Amino acid sequence: MNFDDTPEEAAFRSQARAWIAANAPKEYEAELRASSLGRTALKNANLLEVAKAWQKKKADAGWACLHWPKEYGGRGASPIERVIWQQEEGPFSKLSAVFIIGHGMCGPTMMAYASEEHKRHYLPPLASGEKIWCQLFSEPAGGSDVAGLRTRAEKRGDAWVINGQKIWTSGAHYSDYGILLTRTDPDVPKHKGLTMFFLDMKSKGVEIRPIKQASGHSDFNEVYFTDVVIPDSQRLGAVNDGWNVALTTLMNERMSIGAGVATGFPELFEFCSNLMLDDRPAIEDRNVRAKLANWAVKASGLKYTSFRAISALSKGERPGPENSIGKLVAASMVQDVATFALDLQGAAGVLSGPEAELAGKFQAMLLRAPGTRVEGGTDEIMRNIIAERVLGLPGDIRVDKDLPFNQIPTRGRN
Amino acid sequence: MNFDFSDDQKQLRDQARKFLAEKCSSKAVRAVLDGQSPYDRELWRGLAEMGFLGVAIPEEFGGAGAGHLELCVIAEEMGRALAPVPFSSTVYLAAEALMLAGSEAQKRKWLPRIASGEAIGTLALFEGTGNPSPKAVKLDASNGVLNGVKKPVADGAIADFVIVAARSAATGRDSDISLFIADTKAGGVDAKALTNLDPTRGQAELVFANCKAEPLGAPGEGWAIIAQVLDRAAVLVAFEQVGGADRALEMGRDYALDRIAFGRPIGSFQAVKHMLADMYVSATLARSNCYYGAWALSTNAPELPEAAASARISATQAFQHCAKNNIQVHGGMGFTWEFDCHMYYRRANALALGLGSLSYWEDQLIDRMRKRNAA
Repeated sequence: MNFDDTPEEAAFRSQARAWIAANAPKEYEAELRASSLGRTALKNANLLEVAKAWQKKKADAGWACLHWPKEYGGRGASPIERVIWQQEEGPFSKLSAVFIIGHGMCGPTMMAYASEEHKRHYLPPLASGEKIWCQLFSEPAGGSDVAGLRTRAEKRGDAWVINGQKIWTSGAHYSDYGILLTRTDPDVPKHKGLTMFFLDMKSKGVEIRPIKQASGHSDFNEVYFTDVVIPDSQRLGAVNDGWNVALTTLMNERMSIGAGVATGFPELFEFCSNLMLDDRPAIEDRNVRAKLANWAVKASGLKYTSFRAISALSKGERPGPENSIGKLVAASMVQDVATFALDLQGAAGVLSGPEAELAGKFQAMLLRAPGTRVEGGTDEIMRNIIAERVLGLPGDIRVDKDLPFNQIPTRGRN
Repeated sequence: MNFDFSDDQKQLRDQARKFLAEKCSSKAVRAVLDGQSPYDRELWRGLAEMGFLGVAIPEEFGGAGAGHLELCVIAEEMGRALAPVPFSSTVYLAAEALMLAGSEAQKRKWLPRIASGEAIGTLALFEGTGNPSPKAVKLDASNGVLNGVKKPVADGAIADFVIVAARSAATGRDSDISLFIADTKAGGVDAKALTNLDPTRGQAELVFANCKAEPLGAPGEGWAIIAQVLDRAAVLVAFEQVGGADRALEMGRDYALDRIAFGRPIGSFQAVKHMLADMYVSATLARSNCYYGAWALSTNAPELPEAAASARISATQAFQHCAKNNIQVHGGMGFTWEFDCHMYYRRANALALGLGSLSYWEDQLIDRMRKRNAA
């Protein structure tokens, strides 16, 4: 047991480190380090422009989408090299947030299902950040039950006409392309009548409206489709085989290892070390210590769970199922940590502006946390995944499994 | 990074699992639970023959000289099988204390006998209610003899020798505490078995009356040695706890697959699935914390105190969580003497207390993290 790199890994790490030291936009390093839990902001620069410039620089030097094949804009690197890069990129990796959906989900789906011509045309600018992609799956009628979606695609000659509505689309407002899951046959059971496409987000009939979230921010959008025309050549996979294509996309969503999930613990530990309660640091209070200790072992447990996955990658093995716990544990932990940090502040915990403790950092965390427990698979879906795929328990009994889609009830109460 | 056990160590784990599946069945555990014997003597002999008792003891002292990673994988299997033997007191406490602080002669006398299964040892630290603290040690060691009462002492009624924490000065400092080795066959120690939550691991009261004992380690070094022994034992017991947690999770999972209610396996109800998923989460977090503890233990890293406390807390929580919810998944049958669920519940709660309780270790962890942050 050791935490050392192999000689090859060490050589790769020093190469990556040297390139980052020479090329990263260091003028933003302090701000990026200070930003936490997904709220990255730069005071005197446009975040999207800085992110695109960094991505392009990486791509030109062969450091973008490391695990992708070279001909599609990647480096052909091994999974462990990708992890090492993420570790070395450190705070600058926060600039990649706008590319995560495209690189992590759309790219792999295109690689698996697009024509060779399309792959060579679309993937390199996706890798280099010149084009941003989004993923159009969720709908008002299909969140966790994504196969319940209603957006229709109807064949007209060599093209498809799309009508419907998507929701919770990250970054739709700055995306150039999207992958879109539609219903092509409502007369068959829901999983059997779906088809996947990719489209230009500037297509006629696409309307994007930002969602004002419960936190007050707007990171997501609603996307409306009115008679949007997509050529059949932009279909991904066979007609009515979209569910299998979507599974490819969603599998890739869960493959992210090594970036480290945010738990809020380091922030809370520091806060409790500095905050004075009854003339002594809060961390000396028995009750505070017990809570901190409980969260400390969750945070360290997650860290060392990812180390186990990294070790498997280093040996050329597939990581075990233990990595599936990360999001489930971290999401509700952030919420609990934020609630407790406010509790420690007493009545002043209600303040959330510049006058608040740490300028309202924990208050912002509290307001963002409910979304984290829902997005990318709710806590309940994550528990189902662990129960079914890891523990081998039976799937839920699905009463709509064999019903034609158009006969599935749409309201609980009439 | 190679944050995993080696193939040889995994092979040793498989070997231990196979051996215990054969020699430490539920029936064997129940023989001790029902009071037919204070511990499983045949299993104890078998563990010695397999070389498991001395796996971390150097070859020159009769052990296998393998190391602590090897001991960790065996500990996990001992926990999984609920082995009703004085393994933790003899191997994690007594042998570790001897290896840390024993003189050449003391090591030569006791370590080979531990490895061969001839000697059972333990640590006598507690004196009634309370967590590890030098202030709580009252047993008197003046005039070269021990006088006082220790309880509870794990496996104290069957121990051949006891390492005793005693008060050798009265300055109010940690250096008032010294360690001694008492041979229970040499007189001056009276043992009485005490009823406890988990009868598969005995607890005793030891009364010392003018008991002659030789010092272990330098005078005044007692508490420093105990602190190290507790950290080392915390990692090893944590592996037992992770083994027990995994087994309790498997029992719950298997029952949820077999048991039909309302016309379907109860494992198809989300209320049950989610309970089992949460048990898996606890067990996984604990295992990962334990691996870090194993690394720190085996390399004698300066991170050991913090790693040990993390492993201890995480594994205590996981075993308690999995053991109690295993009963819940089993419903009424889980609350019968006949089903094994209660044996895991008893063990989980007993192990949670033996080296000091959860709240004690929570406190320790935060102290140690603060120390690191200040450095």
